[in-house]
Amino acid sequence: MTTVLEKVRSGREAVGERWHHAPRWVRWVLLAAMIVFFYALPNREFYQYLGPIPTPGANFTQVLFTVSIYVLLAVGLNIVVGFAGLLDLGYFGFFAVGAYTVAVLTSPSSNIKTLWPWLLVVPLAIALTMVSGVMLGTPTLRLRGDYLALVTLGFAEMIRISATSSAFLKGQRGFNQIPHPPGKYADGKPFFGVLDARPYYWLVLTLIILVVIGVRNLTHSRVGRAWISIREDEDAAQLMGVPTFKFKLWAFASGAAIAGLAGALFAGKQNFVNSQNFELLNSIIILAAVIFGGSGNIVGAIVGGGLVAYMIERFRGIELFGVELYEYRFLFFGLVLVVMMIFRPQGLIPNRRRAAEFKDRRKEVIVGE
Amino acid sequence: MSDTEQTPAVPAQAGAPAVETVSRREPLLEVDHVTLRFGGVVALNDVDFTLYKGEILGLIGPNGAGKTTCFNAMTGIYQPTEGQIRFRGQKISGKKRHQITKMGMARTFQNIRLFPEMTALENVQVGADAHHKTSVIAALFRLPRYWREEREGREKAERLLEFVGIRHRMHEFARNLSYGEQRRLEIARALATDPVLLCLDEPAAGFNPAEKEELLQLIRQIRDTGITVLLIEHDMRLVMGVTDRIVVLEFGKKIAEGLPAEVRDNPRVIAAYLGVPDDAA
Ligand SMILES: Nc1ncnc2c1ncn2[C@@H]1O[C@H](COP(=O)(O)OP(=O)(O)O)[C@@H](O)[C@H]1O
Ligand SMILES: [Mg+2]
Repeated sequence: MTTVLEKVRSGREAVGERWHHAPRWVRWVLLAAMIVFFYALPNREFYQYLGPIPTPGANFTQVLFTVSIYVLLAVGLNIVVGFAGLLDLGYFGFFAVGAYTVAVLTSPSSNIKTLWPWLLVVPLAIALTMVSGVMLGTPTLRLRGDYLALVTLGFAEMIRISATSSAFLKGQRGFNQIPHPPGKYADGKPFFGVLDARPYYWLVLTLIILVVIGVRNLTHSRVGRAWISIREDEDAAQLMGVPTFKFKLWAFASGAAIAGLAGALFAGKQNFVNSQNFELLNSIIILAAVIFGGSGNIVGAIVGGGLVAYMIERFRGIELFGVELYEYRFLFFGLVLVVMMIFRPQGLIPNRRRAAEFKDRRKEVIVGE
Repeated sequence: MSDTEQTPAVPAQAGAPAVETVSRREPLLEVDHVTLRFGGVVALNDVDFTLYKGEILGLIGPNGAGKTTCFNAMTGIYQPTEGQIRFRGQKISGKKRHQITKMGMARTFQNIRLFPEMTALENVQVGADAHHKTSVIAALFRLPRYWREEREGREKAERLLEFVGIRHRMHEFARNLSYGEQRRLEIARALATDPVLLCLDEPAAGFNPAEKEELLQLIRQIRDTGITVLLIEHDMRLVMGVTDRIVVLEFGKKIAEGLPAEVRDNPRVIAAYLGVPDDAA
């Protein structure tokens, strides 16, 4: 068992090392190929050749959309949990705020009947989610650890319960006819339609790329260093001049903004939003995905979010000894997590390794340090 | 700034070796009758001393004397129960910890407290960031300020790592550094905040004599760049070799203050240290 693990580990490290040693252009080409692959993925002409990868029990394109939303959420939560080290158990609450903002302001079933277009409401949804993040964070981020976990958990439940029981948020009946994103083909047919999930997936994929560039810029700056220093030792960070409260609030607000964007995208695709979309379990799944992927690492969060969301859907339609595996998906999920915690507690792709780090090590070896 | 005339404890004797520093006499840090209690424990009892610009002051005393607590009160971790601390003429109490750092006070820790999962370079960059203003927006869009400060911080960090002698380890995670390297990294990180006053809490703990000698050299170099140093140490010999003046604490009370030679011959100090070997480590 351990030898297998060793092999896997050394294999993965070799991949990492080769990646960092590769010339710049090789890395760009590989990255471009990867991006092209993911843009091509939802086309049947392409994925039919991918063997067991397409999901048997669900429309693969729909699954890809769901997976992409989870990836976006994992990238956002990774800022809060992975970089700043703040345990947020109610992250999905921000997703709900984003989705409901869109629903209330665009849907004809809304009480206020503003009927604004989707595109106009997206920035509003992001802004409102950020504000809710700041409002939740301001009193709680002054406290340490456990309180934050409890308060965020309470927040998500509060949102869900108000969604269930408040007349304004329509409960189970929900909001329908939420408009889709704009855009038409030359022949006048809408680009973002009802049946085809591919345009939505492409939209989310594009936004994931933009968000990742943004998050990377943040983490490779004073802001990211402040976040990590807070995670590592909050007292020492303060004594080294880091305004910790301010940066924790920024981490919280940035994470919330990304969840708000994800919620707005979800509402724009789904056309319908009701209180059943926001179970607590979702918060836990995203948190698990971030930890699973390797918290504090952007690639880890992407892989974690993608794999976890995909695996859950992959179980659909598989029968084993007459039982539908999908029913037991969370059991498997839990088992995988327990195994991970035992053999690889730092996650799949844990630490940031810099090209420079490897380069300098090589130099050291040559100099004979 | 106003009540600096009350400096009774400093013996302004003729022929004192530190004439130059004494004659300038610009108070940098004033610990003004500070008492600090933890429930029943009196960790600091009416402690009163002044630190002058440009000197190296030793703060010594047996284990549990209250030295670290004194640092913690100075850097805003604890609030004094009574009395107050002034730094560059301003009261410390009520200031946030990062503000105190920005005013020019930096410290190291008795139990090393680096950021273990950050590289040595990044650890020092965090210190350099204390005076940076790159906002989330500037970082997100890589505005000119980001590039300028990033380059400035990086250069400064490399320079300081060179200064403390661990530049060749800059891309190593702090947790992978040796004990001695970690102690040096803490000093580099503190220096990166551009301190006026550097407080070192037992920086030589666990060092062998050769390493201690190197460290003393480093501390002198730091002082020569114009930084005032407050040095906690319980190894008497080490302190004698490098400090201009010494304050001695025992059970939270100041029992002596003066030039190294005076303190060494002070019977109360000798009594306090009896039974406590010089190098308790
Ligand atoms: N946070 C605290 N709570 C209670 N007692 C403390 C605390 N910090 C320090 N003390 C007590 O204060 C006294 C001085 O400790 P300290 O300043 O660490 O001594 P030194 O650094 O001189 O060895 C000790 O008796 C210690 O137990
Ligand atoms: Mg101590």
